[in-house]
Amino acid sequence: MSGIQESVVIRTVVRIMVPFIEIFALYVIMHGASGPGGGFQGGVIFGAGIILFTMIYGIKEGKQRMSNKLSRILSSTGLSIYAGTGLLCMVFGGMFLQYNVVPLLSLDPANVSKILIDVVEIGIGITVLVIMISLFFDISPSEEDELQLSEEEEQ
Amino acid sequence: MKIAALLAVILAGGMLIYAGQDLPAFGDPNSPSNQHPIVEYYINNSETESGVGNIVTAVLANYRGYDTLGETAVIFTAGMAVLLLLRRREI
Repeated sequence: MSGIQESVVIRTVVRIMVPFIEIFALYVIMHGASGPGGGFQGGVIFGAGIILFTMIYGIKEGKQRMSNKLSRILSSTGLSIYAGTGLLCMVFGGMFLQYNVVPLLSLDPANVSKILIDVVEIGIGITVLVIMISLFFDISPSEEDELQLSEEEEQ
Repeated sequence: MKIAALLAVILAGGMLIYAGQDLPAFGDPNSPSNQHPIVEYYINNSETESGVGNIVTAVLANYRGYDTLGETAVIFTAGMAVLLLLRRREI
């Protein structure tokens, strides 16, 4: 534990800020259809929120929120959502990712493609956020290594 | 060695800045990319065809959806490669 991680002010501010960062990330993902934003940006913001939490509360606490198993499952889920949407369009007789052929709730084609674009953005967002977090976890030293390092520095 | 590296960086950076002078101005309506007929097509039809008001999203997720699928696959593959190379064994 370094000095920054022990600071009460930083721990409290991070605990208050992280939920708002995550809500903002979801807003950016869902707002991609009508304004600036989208899956890539929103996913990165969501991942950055969890990375901020992990930086202050430690790898162990962060891994409780996003375990290796969960990140393995989710990272392929996002890509599968995207590719699955494309295949769904082929099932209904269109081309790959030709959204407007899907007879979803008998809406008109433009609305169907709007909904499916949102689904695709969510898939992109899941992949990006999980890859961001797992990159951070993979290159950061584990809890025991961190302890050893700080002991060596003290000596 | 350090001086050679610095010279290489300065040379490459200078070449990029020199080449950058020839780029069209930001938002120039007469630049080749803005003259292409596809631009007019996207502006006129993207909302009625894809239902989203944001033209960037319409191009990204609808007209170039296949490309974006590839981009997502690239990110996924990069993450998996880092996982394979750097993840420590869990004992």
